[in-house]
Amino acid sequence: MAKKYDAGVKEYRETYWMPDYTPKDTDILACFKVTPQPGVPREEVAAAVAAESSTGTWTTVWTDLLTDLDYYKGRAYAIEDVPGDDTCFYAFIAYPIDLFEEGSVVNVMTSLVGNVFGFKALRALRLEDIRFPVAYVMTCNGPPQGIQVERDLLNKYGRPLLGCTIKPKLGLSAKNYGRACYEGLRGGLDFTKDDENVNSQPFMRWRHRFDFVMEAIHKAEAETGERKGHYLNVTAPTSDEMMKRAEYAKEIGAPIIMHDYITGGWSANTQLAQWCQDNGMLLHIHRAMHAVLDRNPHHGIHFRVLTKILRLSGGDHLHSGTVVGKLEGDRDATLGWIDIMRDSYVKEDRSRGIFFDQDWGAMPGVLPVASGGIHVWHMPALVNIFGDDSVLQFGGGTLGHPWGNAAGAAANRVAVEACVEARNQGRELEKEGKDILTTAASHSPELKAAMETWKEIKFEFDTVDKLDVSHK
Amino acid sequence: MSEMQDYASSLEDTNSRKFETFSYLPAMSPDQIRTQIEFIVSKGWNPSIEHTEPQNASGSYWYMWKLPMFGETDVDTILAECEACHQAHPDNHVRLLGLDNYAQCAGASMVIYRGTPT
Repeated sequence: MAKKYDAGVKEYRETYWMPDYTPKDTDILACFKVTPQPGVPREEVAAAVAAESSTGTWTTVWTDLLTDLDYYKGRAYAIEDVPGDDTCFYAFIAYPIDLFEEGSVVNVMTSLVGNVFGFKALRALRLEDIRFPVAYVMTCNGPPQGIQVERDLLNKYGRPLLGCTIKPKLGLSAKNYGRACYEGLRGGLDFTKDDENVNSQPFMRWRHRFDFVMEAIHKAEAETGERKGHYLNVTAPTSDEMMKRAEYAKEIGAPIIMHDYITGGWSANTQLAQWCQDNGMLLHIHRAMHAVLDRNPHHGIHFRVLTKILRLSGGDHLHSGTVVGKLEGDRDATLGWIDIMRDSYVKEDRSRGIFFDQDWGAMPGVLPVASGGIHVWHMPALVNIFGDDSVLQFGGGTLGHPWGNAAGAAANRVAVEACVEARNQGRELEKEGKDILTTAASHSPELKAAMETWKEIKFEFDTVDKLDVSHK
Repeated sequence: MSEMQDYASSLEDTNSRKFETFSYLPAMSPDQIRTQIEFIVSKGWNPSIEHTEPQNASGSYWYMWKLPMFGETDVDTILAECEACHQAHPDNHVRLLGLDNYAQCAGASMVIYRGTPT
């Protein structure tokens, strides 16, 4: 039965609050944490979020009647209390898959975290999780190579990979920079890494950096007989410039390049990831700016969502936090988004902050990268938390070794191998860590010196963004 | 604090060549080899043995010793095959792999007998 046009403002809940709706397998589902202005009913706010992130606007318009708006609208289908916090609630919203362009995380996020985040009836809004239906997942290109292919390309099996970010972050000449890489690689690292803000500054233009670093890789490979890489950062002011740098990296035989997917933008990232897949290149992803979006417990986008965005957009490595180092990251929540990076099916698990089952279909996984304020004493915990499918990245914890980068690299390599060997023997790493490292150090003077250097360093601050658990 | 040491590694010295996982630890004892075989079996992976001349160790393909031991879970049987490969090629690196057919990737790979670099 056709409707009549009735101009004016309707309450959102009349159209967008559908508590009896059963989400379809093909719907995109979102969980928002909503902090409303005082006095606004929950159902009305939840409906407003559904409306403003899908088809709705503040007033009825005649063109609504030219389409089947009841099909295209977002539907607020459930509301839940937030454990331990009465100021906000969870709103669950279902969106029909037709609302989104295939293979475009840009389009999905433009809807879901667009105008709605500035909506006046809200004091704050946080996107906690998204369920991407497998039908949508399969329209995305995803990680260029995936974990197994990376292992085969680099000949690394049965252990975490080992990396190091070159410091100081800024100011080295290309030749000195290559030296720092060479020393780390010959000492036993698998990778060295450009820091995120190393792009192409006046003191070190990208092309010289690429050339010197490749020389470092070739020499270290010949010397150690092992395969090596350096994440050449191709993040650039324009995507044309980014592609130019990526093409040159390929031309000189680099196995892996790097991009900052939030500051560089998801459109550029998706383009680069598809190019990497076509050209057999690995892609390391840094996440500068993520904490601006994900650290406030009441407002922004949770990192588990940013993780899903990256896996769909494409990347073979993604920084995940370390749990134990200098940067923020709750342990259970981190374990949750590590699963989201690597596993092919992730079950809903509120104890890890995961609100939906997520089926990744045939999409390959992403290696989590633990980086930031970690050193050899953290190794047993890192191997235990992250397992083999990870990159453990020690910057200061390699370069700060009193004997230099090669010794620092060797110390970390001995430590990671000793921990893996002990784990394979069934030993409990976090309990017996000291004993395992001390035994390993008895045949590695480099490890012994590293253990003496960093003995007292700990990073024990309370986490700001905790999982929502009841305090009542 | 220990006194500073030089990091000894060079193109000239063939002992500088490494061979991936566990090559930065001392060579494995028979007991250590046994526990790593037990680990591979406990993961449900298929044991596989490969060997190569040390100077050719950096390639993807080493010589396969017979076929992968599909479904083999007896540690002594696996150990005996490792030893047989080592006896036949005493100067070669011998590596033990655990092939994970679900991941389509080796879950473990380690040199259990070290060859003689030339």
